[in-house]
Amino acid sequence: MKIWIEKQKHLIDFTLASLARRKGKNLGLLFIYGLLVFVLASVALYTHALRTEAQKVLAGTPEIVLQRLVAGRHDLIPPGYIEKIGRIRGVQKKEGRLWGYYYDSVVKANYTFMAPRNMQVARGEIIVGPALERSRGLAAGNGISFRSYSGELHTFIVADVLPQTSELVSADLVLMHEEDFRAFFKYPEGHVTDVALSVANPQEIKNVALKLMDALPDSRPILRDEVLRTYASVFDWREGIMLALLSAAILAFGIFAWEKAAGLSAEEKREIGILKAIGWETGDVIKMKFWEGLLISLLAFLLGYIAAYLHVFHFGSILFEPVLKGWAVLYPSFTLTPHIDGLQVATLFFFTVFPYTAAVLVPIWRAATTDPDTVMRG
Amino acid sequence: MIFQPAIIALLLAASLSLLMLIIASPFAMQVIRHWDITSGSERQLKLERLTYLFSTLVAFVCLVQILSALLFVFNADKMSVMFVGAMCAVGALNVNEFGFPALYLQLALFFLATLWLAINHADSQARDYPLVKLKYALLLAAIPLFALSLGLQLQYFLGLKADVITSCCGSLFSSDAPTLASEVSALEPKPALLMFYGSLIVAITLSGWHWRDKGNLSGYASGLGALAAFVASIAGILAFVSLYIYEHPHHHCPFCILKPEYDYQGYWLYLPLFAAAAAGMSAGVLRVFANRPSLAQVVPALTGRLAGIAAISYVLFALIASLMIWQSNLILLD
Repeated sequence: MKIWIEKQKHLIDFTLASLARRKGKNLGLLFIYGLLVFVLASVALYTHALRTEAQKVLAGTPEIVLQRLVAGRHDLIPPGYIEKIGRIRGVQKKEGRLWGYYYDSVVKANYTFMAPRNMQVARGEIIVGPALERSRGLAAGNGISFRSYSGELHTFIVADVLPQTSELVSADLVLMHEEDFRAFFKYPEGHVTDVALSVANPQEIKNVALKLMDALPDSRPILRDEVLRTYASVFDWREGIMLALLSAAILAFGIFAWEKAAGLSAEEKREIGILKAIGWETGDVIKMKFWEGLLISLLAFLLGYIAAYLHVFHFGSILFEPVLKGWAVLYPSFTLTPHIDGLQVATLFFFTVFPYTAAVLVPIWRAATTDPDTVMRG
Repeated sequence: MIFQPAIIALLLAASLSLLMLIIASPFAMQVIRHWDITSGSERQLKLERLTYLFSTLVAFVCLVQILSALLFVFNADKMSVMFVGAMCAVGALNVNEFGFPALYLQLALFFLATLWLAINHADSQARDYPLVKLKYALLLAAIPLFALSLGLQLQYFLGLKADVITSCCGSLFSSDAPTLASEVSALEPKPALLMFYGSLIVAITLSGWHWRDKGNLSGYASGLGALAAFVASIAGILAFVSLYIYEHPHHHCPFCILKPEYDYQGYWLYLPLFAAAAAGMSAGVLRVFANRPSLAQVVPALTGRLAGIAAISYVLFALIASLMIWQSNLILLD
């Protein structure tokens, strides 16, 4: 065992020295390789962070949201509808929610108007989200007017701005008093937008949803788990599509690596010839070349991954943001929580090291089986 | 659901591996038909030169297969969040009927790959490459298996539908379901415990004996011991080790222990266990070739070392399992 380790140590030593002798070529390879890892790792890290963020956001939402459908479209919940649900075992709380969208032609963006149940907003006042604060230049104490869909102008005083920390969910939010809300949208008395139900036991959610469907055939229960799963699939899918598109880059890299490994310089050929003349076996040369590939691979992987980490978590992933995040006028600005996932690193390793190794196998063998006399004579 | 990065990686690895093996197969036929180490003909020289390439290529495929098996399990576990009713890898593998066959084939190929690597190692140590024909015959035999593995994985991954309600490990590994897994799960903890530690002690002793002795008898015995200990260990994990980890008297799942909720403890168990089984069984198989003259020196040294690895890994496995049992708050036996 000790002899084996000694041998590998010497091989690595020799390989490093031989790599250093051809700096230009190897640095070029390292750069391209690192760049590939960087691009792939950026995509993977960014989508993973978005996924985690979505999970965190949804953790606080109600387990089931019940909507009423009319002709397949979402409709208001009339008075007495919630009572029809009756008592379902396992449901801790059910409450009607009041919210809607408002299109602001000034900034050409949609706001979410909402009358919160758990927060007191005085009549004539609103609390706005951070994105609104930025886009309309609002601050506490300012007044703002919105033209409602009926054409009337409603003026509100900004009482407060929601904290930055909740921006992912509250960017475009406008909170107001229930009566203001009803007056603004001309909401019929007693109607609500949808119903939120909290269920304590996660294993009961499915049963509760089935009972809801039974009691109210015109309703559509939306489960939090389903939303979560959809988000996870959507982000995975976007990541997968990106990777599939980038597979062309992986292929190009494979060809590049093949070329680099195949185009042995006369000097390298001589080197291998001399090594074999002084007693190296073909197996040893392959081992040396293998160490060369491994060292370059690991170094490129490390550099590329670190660069991707910085790109995603310190520079907001400027390169891939538009594709992966989705788009909105009032998009929340948020910082992602750095997170490294084992599966992701393993997958990435498969995507980069595997094609590289596969591409350089044949050239390595060709170099290793050269006859010493042919090279030295030539 | 094919556009999952890990799935793309697995399919990429499987198809590239198959492609490489197919490329190697004409050469394998040539070797089997024309290899003659005593000849100095041009063809023989060419074959000898090419065998470096194809040995490296197949060794690479084997290494990738070992990693794929790991990634497959890892991925199945991660995917479980996407299916209704799935709590761990079992649910994800149960989404369609190809999940578990794909897993079993991955594990079988894992053992085959380690065996091939061991044979390759022994072969390259000897001066006259005595096992070269066997090596390439094995390669040809493995091609259908690799093709089947790719096919199963394709079927499995293409058939993943997020709206399928799958069954959770609780139903598969409960004591009263009519499956082999549940039969094993229903083992009484006490006999299972005795079998688990008994077989481990036997396997460790046999492997240790072969490590020192390097003889024929001890070689075969240690191979059989490693196999028996592997089966008993899996049964033991199902029957009681998992219970201690979950601190729950009825949860027998061998996959939930891989989850972050249980601090990935499963990997600590499975990695030494699979390493030990692969090394021990390879030692047993290699023993068959000990009487070839050119391998008389090589094989005993190699099988001895493999048995050593098996012994150490089984000791490690037993220690880790015992530590998990010792640290648990569950009282299964008085």
